[in-house]
Amino acid sequence: MQVSCTALLNYYLANKLKLTGIYMVIKYKAFENLYQDSVSLMQISARLNKIVGVDEASVVMGTEANLSRMADAGFGDNIVAKPNDLVIAVKGEEEACNTAIEQAQQALTAKPDEGSGGASFSPPLTSFALGLEQHADANLALISVPGEYAAAEAIKALNLGLNVMMFSDNVSLADELQIKQLAQKKALMVMGPDCGTAIINGIPLGFANVVRRGAIGVVAASGTGLQEATCRIHQLGGGVSQAMGTGGHDLHQDIGGISMLQGLLALAEDDATKVIVLISKPPAAAIAERILATAAQVDKPVVVHFLGQADSQATATGVYFAHSLAHSAEVAVAVLRNQALPNAQFILSAQVQEQVTTLKTQLTPTQRYIRGVFAGGTFCFEAQIIASQYGLSAFSNTPIQGNHCLEDVWTSQQHTIVDLGDDDFTQGRPHPMIDPSLRNQRMLQDARDASTAVILFDVVLGYGASEEPLAELLDTLDQIRNEQVSMPALIAHVCGTDLDPQARDVIRQALEDAGVIIADSNADAAHLAAYFVSQLG
Amino acid sequence: MKALFSQQLTVLNAGLASFADNIERAGGHAIAMNWQPPADGDRLGGLALAQLLNQPEIELANQTAMNHYLAAQPTLVDVMMAGEAIPALAEQQLILHAGPPIAWQDMCGPVQGAILGAILFEKWADDLTQAEALVRNGEVTFEPCHHYDAVGPMAGIISRSMPLWVVENSTNNNERVYSNFNEGLGKVLRFGANSDEVIKRLNWMGTELAQAMKAMLLESGPIELKPIMAQALHMGDEVHNRNAAATGLLLKQLVPALLKTSLPQAQVQQAISFVMANDHFFLNLSMAACKSMLKAAENVPNSTMVTVMARNGVNFGIRLSGTGNTWFQAPANPVNGLFFPGYGVEDAAADLGDSAITETAGVGGFAMASSPAIVKFVGGTPADATNNSRAMQGITLGGNPAFTLPALNFAPTAAGIDARKVVDNLVLPIINTGIAHKKAGVGQIGAGITTAPMQCFVDALSALSTQINR
Repeated sequence: MQVSCTALLNYYLANKLKLTGIYMVIKYKAFENLYQDSVSLMQISARLNKIVGVDEASVVMGTEANLSRMADAGFGDNIVAKPNDLVIAVKGEEEACNTAIEQAQQALTAKPDEGSGGASFSPPLTSFALGLEQHADANLALISVPGEYAAAEAIKALNLGLNVMMFSDNVSLADELQIKQLAQKKALMVMGPDCGTAIINGIPLGFANVVRRGAIGVVAASGTGLQEATCRIHQLGGGVSQAMGTGGHDLHQDIGGISMLQGLLALAEDDATKVIVLISKPPAAAIAERILATAAQVDKPVVVHFLGQADSQATATGVYFAHSLAHSAEVAVAVLRNQALPNAQFILSAQVQEQVTTLKTQLTPTQRYIRGVFAGGTFCFEAQIIASQYGLSAFSNTPIQGNHCLEDVWTSQQHTIVDLGDDDFTQGRPHPMIDPSLRNQRMLQDARDASTAVILFDVVLGYGASEEPLAELLDTLDQIRNEQVSMPALIAHVCGTDLDPQARDVIRQALEDAGVIIADSNADAAHLAAYFVSQLG
Repeated sequence: MKALFSQQLTVLNAGLASFADNIERAGGHAIAMNWQPPADGDRLGGLALAQLLNQPEIELANQTAMNHYLAAQPTLVDVMMAGEAIPALAEQQLILHAGPPIAWQDMCGPVQGAILGAILFEKWADDLTQAEALVRNGEVTFEPCHHYDAVGPMAGIISRSMPLWVVENSTNNNERVYSNFNEGLGKVLRFGANSDEVIKRLNWMGTELAQAMKAMLLESGPIELKPIMAQALHMGDEVHNRNAAATGLLLKQLVPALLKTSLPQAQVQQAISFVMANDHFFLNLSMAACKSMLKAAENVPNSTMVTVMARNGVNFGIRLSGTGNTWFQAPANPVNGLFFPGYGVEDAAADLGDSAITETAGVGGFAMASSPAIVKFVGGTPADATNNSRAMQGITLGGNPAFTLPALNFAPTAAGIDARKVVDNLVLPIINTGIAHKKAGVGQIGAGITTAPMQCFVDALSALSTQINR
């Protein structure tokens, strides 16, 4: 009976093939020792049977009973399989059969969708690799882990194809070089280590301000330098395409400005960027030369500001030298707008003269010194440079060439300009941009010193910085006013934009109301303070 | 770099969470990671890992090792005396033990007890005092089972007159691996017991039982082990700490074959009752099958796939495919488990046995979703069991479609532990294990769940990184 049935079936099949005229084939594939329970196999069979062009499909374990059932069903009797083997057999048009076998194979090996089968499980994202598994579109790793682990994280991120911003500091130069060379090899961007700020595709990263998008690209080896330049561009009505930090050590001889050069070239290729600004503390001569040579080759205007090297003159067409952080923004905006280049020097306008004369009358003869109290490291650096232009030799915890180290960083002596964001002050304490109480204390301390003529300070806004920079500061200013018979002059600069979470205009107004003279830029504030002190004789 | 400028910025944030918040507030997209120092804070280990991540030669090597593992077809082909299967055992007074190498004076109680029992069983000494003197005089040498492609649960003791299961892999030149026979529960050598009762049982196992099993295999022909394991995973076993179903499936093949032999009926009956009475009888075959699959994956240069995890009662040791026979060891982690009445954690020996080869091969703790009963040992729920199996997907190279888990909608078990993922994701391999009393001979006092120690993986990666850089 069995035999005749099969024969009948084969006969029928053969005729059917002839009748339809379609070339039909039988294909099978056996997987050795791949046990699956019969219900899941039946599910796969059912799915294969729905494929257009498949006449019949069967996915079974290769037991004797199954094989004979398949022979009965017209799959032939030449299927070779052991009971523990999984057999996929398909009958139909050749192409459909191939598709079916392929699909079956996928269904057998694919990780099934667990669907509603219980609570969803997602492992905590402890690594970039896991992060990428769950967010395949991730393209930048922002690393602010303790310095000793930061290099490894950066290398991992780069190996996984992510661009990197390293906020973390305390990474050795050897590690930094390795990281940057790896990034070069992979054509990925590395900002940092010790990169505090950046604006990528309009998104502020780290300590960064909300700045209009536009056509000026910035690469800076200084965090507050980058903030000052981008904010000034915004204040002048311009906008920023990309702003990249390189970290403070990039222009060190051992690193050779890899990130700055890479950033410069990336901006050169970026269609949205029309003018490029480069900012750094003065690099070694050879590195400066390499950067300037590259800048000269770029067919976009490049504004260069090496702090304290303002006397360099443009040697190549298309390369402009700026005289201060703010000035680099001003030059860039002017170049972009095809306008005359802005004046480099601080203008002793009649208004400034009058301001200074008024201030002088309020001082006692003992008040002779400038006291710069900064949260931004580059602002401190720039203020020292400008003060020195007025013949003021200052003490600092981070003295520029020609200035002196403070005997005790906690006490001002004569002209003193300190960076409260430096390691000297931030051990075990938040940075003064985040928590300004240290800055406020220092202001109070200097105000109580009868030899202080002017307190020069900065207020830095933006993401990452203190959300309420005014609260304690206004109290401190009140206290100074109440305590002092003879107030020192207060001159400040607010680095930020009207789009920042803290709203620059409100802050400026409140400070002016509290008797603080607000300059448009850090350079202007320093010029005013230094000129004023230089007039005290 | 230029590409980034034309893409939507998506940031993975490691470190200060406020940075991620700020990016979101500013209209960007950032994912705050739950970053922890990798390698448990080992800075250099973390750096070694970083260099090994997403390296084409390593990915390729791992693919090769994984394919060898997946293709393996471990088949039970024979029963042999250990001295015959492993000639070194016949040539010298050598005893094999579980885990990485260890000197006599450092061994835990159960291993020492089991070794003395083996010496009595081999009649190299007449009593325990003599046996111990023999060891102290250096007349007996010790080596890990793994050095001879063998595995044994708990103390894992193998000496020349013990019978071994012989498992061949047809996809790996019929390379052979071995495991000893399971003695059952209670007072047994693998927990360090060495009384007359124990030695008597070993004598019977080495003669009548071994004969019966060998004769049975002649009748049945080679027995494919993967299908038994795969079915058992659908029947509530994870084939490490629970082997009830697998032992039953084995019996289905074993009994008819045994009845066809010409052995005396009493011998056949005794053999069948012995297997029937021991739900763990299949464990040693599961272990041999796992060893066979992993042996196929050994010695692929540059591969970070783990090929051995084993414990000697003091240290946990692992081997990587890419670092060959080198052991990387660290003190075993404590076992989180339940104790039989009258015993507590202070009675427990450190984690012991070669049976973690099952987890290395993607079953055991990795397949816990199949065996909710196991999770009760740690007071967990079936959901914990499935989550454990899912968590292991985060540290493996892929899945083994031959072993599927009904509770995970028949997902393949996570298999092929990638040491890099362990160190980077800070997820430790989960191991289901029995707990031995720290004193020799008391036996099993509980069962539970433990993990492989991180340091092994960190050291292994450092060594591989040095090897690659050389």
